[in-house]
Amino acid sequence: MKENPLSFQLKLNPDDFLPASEEEKESLVVMRESVSFWKDGMRRLVKNKVAMASLAIIIIIMIFSFIVPAFYPYSYKTQIKGANNLAPMQYSAAEQEAIAAGEKVFPHIFGTDKMGRDYAIRVMLGSRVSLLVGLVATAIVLLIGATYGSIAAFAGGWVDLVMMRLVDIIYTIPDILLIVLLSFALEDPLEKLAALPGFAWVGIVGKNLISIFIVFALLYWVGMARMVRSQILMLKESEYVTAARALGAKSGRIIKKHLLTNCIGTLIVTTTLQIPSAIFTESFLSFLGMGVAVPMPSLGSLASEAINGINTYPYLLFIPAAVISLIILSFNLLGDGLRDAFDPKLKD
Amino acid sequence: MGKYIVKRVLLAIVTIWAVATITFFLMNMVPGGPFMSEKAISPAAQAALEAKYGLDKPLFQQYITYITDALHGDFGDSLRQRGRTVASIIGTKFPVSAKVGGISVLVALCIGIPLGCIAAYRRGKFIDNFISVVSTCGIAVPSFVICTVLMYAFGVKLKWLPILGLTGWKNYIMPVAALAFYPTAYIMRLMRSSMLDVLGQDYMRTAKAKGLSQKVSLFKHALRNAILPVITYVGPMLAYTLTGSFIVEKIFTIPGLGGEFIGAITSRDYTLIMGTTIFLATLLIIMNVIVDIVYKIVDPRIKLK
Repeated sequence: MKENPLSFQLKLNPDDFLPASEEEKESLVVMRESVSFWKDGMRRLVKNKVAMASLAIIIIIMIFSFIVPAFYPYSYKTQIKGANNLAPMQYSAAEQEAIAAGEKVFPHIFGTDKMGRDYAIRVMLGSRVSLLVGLVATAIVLLIGATYGSIAAFAGGWVDLVMMRLVDIIYTIPDILLIVLLSFALEDPLEKLAALPGFAWVGIVGKNLISIFIVFALLYWVGMARMVRSQILMLKESEYVTAARALGAKSGRIIKKHLLTNCIGTLIVTTTLQIPSAIFTESFLSFLGMGVAVPMPSLGSLASEAINGINTYPYLLFIPAAVISLIILSFNLLGDGLRDAFDPKLKD
Repeated sequence: MGKYIVKRVLLAIVTIWAVATITFFLMNMVPGGPFMSEKAISPAAQAALEAKYGLDKPLFQQYITYITDALHGDFGDSLRQRGRTVASIIGTKFPVSAKVGGISVLVALCIGIPLGCIAAYRRGKFIDNFISVVSTCGIAVPSFVICTVLMYAFGVKLKWLPILGLTGWKNYIMPVAALAFYPTAYIMRLMRSSMLDVLGQDYMRTAKAKGLSQKVSLFKHALRNAILPVITYVGPMLAYTLTGSFIVEKIFTIPGLGGEFIGAITSRDYTLIMGTTIFLATLLIIMNVIVDIVYKIVDPRIKLK
């Protein structure tokens, strides 16, 4: 075709009008792959050095309290004769003879207590009790609190009013009163339960430990319930829920995709921060002598026993005290990290 | 305002009644009784004691009697401390706990608020990091650990401070430090994060833009807004601290209400348990009302309803 030099005519050929290939289509997509809530949160969490360090410490403590005792050469209740009140890394006279005779004796890393029990294994088992209480009690609190709070928020109206008044009342009763009374009250029924066939595990776990769980379940869900209720009440009103409803989403989808996913950050964070408070309370109870049954140690009872001998054997107090502080600190820092990662809006 | 106060008082009465009722029945449900642990007590003597205090009557009748007496301001005699009324026990023990507790709350506020503000103001600087580390560690240490470490360091090793009793001003230092430790760390954290929040607000930029001095913008604008969460925390905390911490009182042998309360629970001194619980619940509710009113004063935008 003859071309006019001044024409704006485009030089087109039929190839330009062919359908685009898949590759060409893909190169035009500017949006990157959508990052899921979990991936996004985990990526932020992994970047947080403090939180990762706390997680590592928690895992190390867990290994030491759940796995190491299984093949540790000493037992938490064996009283070694002549090995009373040894300082850390010290050997008793009998053990020194054995070493002199060429035998290998595992050192008492943290020494022994006044009954001649290896202190390192007692501290390990003590942390096992503390961690168990922290994790199990928190799981119960999460279950009850989240259910109660969401029922109150969904139902609304007078149901909500009555349910929340009940929470206020439980809040006002001094918790130490309920804890002590309930642990006394539960002693008898639990003992009977342990005697029933099929409930032998109650005796193995220890009735005091179970009564601590129950006390926790009955008491500490109130904070969780308030938290979940306020979250759901707020989220119910948010624009994206209205938008989703306007787009024709069913209630089930709104709950699953919008309310729950937005709540879950808060739930994770509140749960993680609940663990140290459970450990706090357990150590306090054991300190009062109402925690786990002897000879089972807990970090609180170890510290409480050590107070009388603080002048001569201060390390018996400082070791469990340091471990419990470390556990609580790690959970607190991990909780802060989780909050920053999953729920940046919720800075206290 | 008047309507608000009437509503709050009515609600408070209902709450206290509910707390008293729950405590009463729960306490009686628990096995054991006030005269069980007594040595060398014949069944006849026990029955006589129970008859004297009306414990042989049906539970519901006991409850009605207790509530009627309590409404007349009579909280009964202590079951275990012969010849003393519950009111007189609370009257002598509460001031002891309240003095130690009051001083420690003051200390916590005087240290926590300024340090929290400084940390927020110098965000990311050394002082901020330092304060954050201290406060994070501070909320991780149980009170019995603090008490015993303090006692070991200053009482036993250095012998600077007396260990037992409450005779001179020196005796107050360790219990106050132990009680103030956690609240101080918590207030620091709370103050820092709420201050950071406020410093990022638009009105702070406006205040700067219209040429207000740093002092005015910090104290008049930032502090007033940032202090609200601290007030919410301090109200109930004050009620708990004033009534005494069992651990601190046990370790430093302070004759306060906290120790008395635990003693009453373990020995089933029913009247003393009831009296102390009602006292604590009332104090807690009063503190919450005060918090609401202080809120209104600090932030006039808040409507009391």
